[in-house]
Amino acid sequence: MSDTSVGVNERVVIEVPDFDQLLQALTTRGYEILGPVARDGAIVYDRVTSTSDLPSGWTDEQNGGQYRLKRREDMALFGYAVGPHSWKKFLHPPVQRLWEAKREGNTFRILADSPAPAKRAFLGVRACELYAMAVQDKVFLEGPYVEPGYQARRDSVFVVAVNCGVAGGTCFCVSMNAGPRATFGYDLALTEVLSGGRHYLVMHVGTPLGAEVLRNVRHRPVADPETREADEIVANTAQQMGRQMNTEGIKELLYRNYEHPRWENVAARCLTCANCTMVCPTCFCTTVEDVTDLSGEHAERWRKWDSCFTKDFSYIHGGSIRATTKSRYRQWMTHKLATWIDQFGSSGCVGCGRCITWCPVAIDITEEVRAIREAEAAGLSAAGTDRP
Amino acid sequence: MASGLDQPVAVGPVEPMVPLAFPIERVRKETHDTFTLDLAPPAEFSFAPGQFNMVYVFGVGEVPISISSDPSQKSAFQHTTRVVGTVTSALKRLKKGDTVGIRGPFGSCWPLAEAVGGDCLVVAGGIGLAPLRPVIYSILAQRQKYKRVVVLYGTRKREDILFARELERWRGKLDLEIEVTIDRGGPEWRGNVGVVTTLIAQAPLDPANTTAMVCGPEVMMRFTLMELQRRGIPAERVYLSMERNMKCAVGFCGHCQYGPTFVCKDGPVFRFDRIAAVFGKVEI
Amino acid sequence: MIESLEPIIEGHLFFKGLEKRHIKFIAGCAKNVRFAEATVIFREGDPADQFYFVREGLVAIELMVPQRGFTTLQTVGVGDVVGWSWLLPPYKWRFAARTTEVTRALAFDAKCLRAKCEDDHDLGYELFKRFSNVMAERLEATRLQLMDLYGVGA
Repeated sequence: MSDTSVGVNERVVIEVPDFDQLLQALTTRGYEILGPVARDGAIVYDRVTSTSDLPSGWTDEQNGGQYRLKRREDMALFGYAVGPHSWKKFLHPPVQRLWEAKREGNTFRILADSPAPAKRAFLGVRACELYAMAVQDKVFLEGPYVEPGYQARRDSVFVVAVNCGVAGGTCFCVSMNAGPRATFGYDLALTEVLSGGRHYLVMHVGTPLGAEVLRNVRHRPVADPETREADEIVANTAQQMGRQMNTEGIKELLYRNYEHPRWENVAARCLTCANCTMVCPTCFCTTVEDVTDLSGEHAERWRKWDSCFTKDFSYIHGGSIRATTKSRYRQWMTHKLATWIDQFGSSGCVGCGRCITWCPVAIDITEEVRAIREAEAAGLSAAGTDRP
Repeated sequence: MASGLDQPVAVGPVEPMVPLAFPIERVRKETHDTFTLDLAPPAEFSFAPGQFNMVYVFGVGEVPISISSDPSQKSAFQHTTRVVGTVTSALKRLKKGDTVGIRGPFGSCWPLAEAVGGDCLVVAGGIGLAPLRPVIYSILAQRQKYKRVVVLYGTRKREDILFARELERWRGKLDLEIEVTIDRGGPEWRGNVGVVTTLIAQAPLDPANTTAMVCGPEVMMRFTLMELQRRGIPAERVYLSMERNMKCAVGFCGHCQYGPTFVCKDGPVFRFDRIAAVFGKVEI
Repeated sequence: MIESLEPIIEGHLFFKGLEKRHIKFIAGCAKNVRFAEATVIFREGDPADQFYFVREGLVAIELMVPQRGFTTLQTVGVGDVVGWSWLLPPYKWRFAARTTEVTRALAFDAKCLRAKCEDDHDLGYELFKRFSNVMAERLEATRLQLMDLYGVGA
């Protein structure tokens, strides 16, 4: 298609009608493409075969406990923020068989591993999501043990990132230094520009593989005005964040305030429904289920998403360590924003706002932090609510 | 990975993700609700005192259990546990020749190297004696490296005393001090009655040069730590073994988090000053 | 030859910080005693006219329960004090005490000390401070015993 080969770190322009060639190029190379589709009143991640599957012309309106789709006045392909799904759905699946075993007389044998996962292309990965993937990489790939399934799935992913053209009502990636511009972790990254009757994509090449795939897509080098337009769009997005979180000294702030009365306040509202942990792109907790068939000859171990909000999560003989809602909410928020830093070297939060949008009672993590910070500043800290 | 008894370090698991089948040599009742599993590994199995395995019963489930035997014994090892749920009930019903799945060993170990040259104080409560038994063996195996060695053990009733024969044998040693106490006195008991914390004040030790190793129910450890502090043993020389819900033992499932630590990989043995900020905090 | 108990009393942690004149007085009320194994030191209801500081051995604090016999509630060992009922009216032992081993102790004349405490409130305050601590520690230990810490769910 294009006779010039593109190098890594270069930018090209792709006219929107030609964008489908990228999807075809990926399909030809054996990738299953996963991307945004509108379904059940939300934009979720599912199989995409052509650009006609994308939710062109749609945007989302998000606020605490609120999400709705709305038609745009244009036909932007990526004119929305993030929905309830995140890419952890594919990299760290909600339900996964770990192994199966067969009884053999008095002993048992673990059966051979399942084959390598299919190659997948993630289309439309936002900066916050790239950060979220990097955060989960630290958990599963950079600790004393490596999760082999996660590694295999992660290694085989082709990433097409999108620099956000619109900020969501609950977004605060800027506060978390996690966007809106994608700066790493992608093969290709695009900024969608609709201006003066034109509709095109400015594509940044991140890796040699990205450059290679681009050879099958009609493109031309980007012109300066186009670069400026694209950059302006992303700069604007950064100004439109729906929420803000002051992260200065946040770890120490939360460590100082384990007994702050604010936890009682949020506990009165929290339903421990665990929505936040399911939609959060970095939450990684799982549980394990050992099952057997009726004959008792065949056993399997399955891993499933779990949530620290469940009462059983911290159960040891006799009872749960974190029995109250207050302790569980505190665990989640303190882990996400504070202990995560000590555990993995960075915050667990990327400012995507999903937990705010999908909380049925609109608990807002940015608001909770603000409340503790302000109360402490006003001298109302550590009023102790433990029973004697 | 184990560098022998000289410089004991935590041993890495043979196979972290998938259980290996180990035949059971013996299942032996210790008390009314506690039993010991003797396992014969098909290949040499090493562990450091304080470490645990994930023990799998085919088709039933998997639980973390501390290894309770002498680490120098390479041809066999033991798990001592209470019956507290489905898996431990199923485990108790197994017999010689049956198989369990083992993943491990996991976790941190008791500070044998750090304790060298000073007094050792071991404080055990109830089933907490099981994860401490390996370190007592290890200390005795290199007795000359340590100064005074004191073992304090408390449990509920006389019938609940674990490893009674071993305790009696150790008591006979002239260079080891063992005190046992029970909460509920009985008609034939002529020994100490009262909580184990009451034995700390008079333990013959030099507090400034003592390493303390504590294991038992969390409440018991809380009060023990207060007594140790009263005695003047520095927080950096007090070690305890914590317990939390565990599913994976490799730091992926998130269940065992305790403040900023994971009990499976940062523990279960913790140096007290490192967890002092969260220890004893309600519902952490 | 009567051995002076002053140095022994002075040297002990329990009496640390007492003024010389108080130590002298207390020493004057004290004597060395020795009990054989399984000896009753005092019975429930007996007048609490002495208290004991254990130097060697083990003392069981017991309660008599009909049909159950004598149950040991707690044992008191070396370096610890047996008895505080002497401090508070009606000055009668609320429990029994029996040795479980050969026990050597310092026995203090409580009647004499009580009288002196009424006279010399400084001494009274010092003794009350120390004995409240004994009671507090004993209470804390008893509460832990009550908790049945080693049961499932502990």
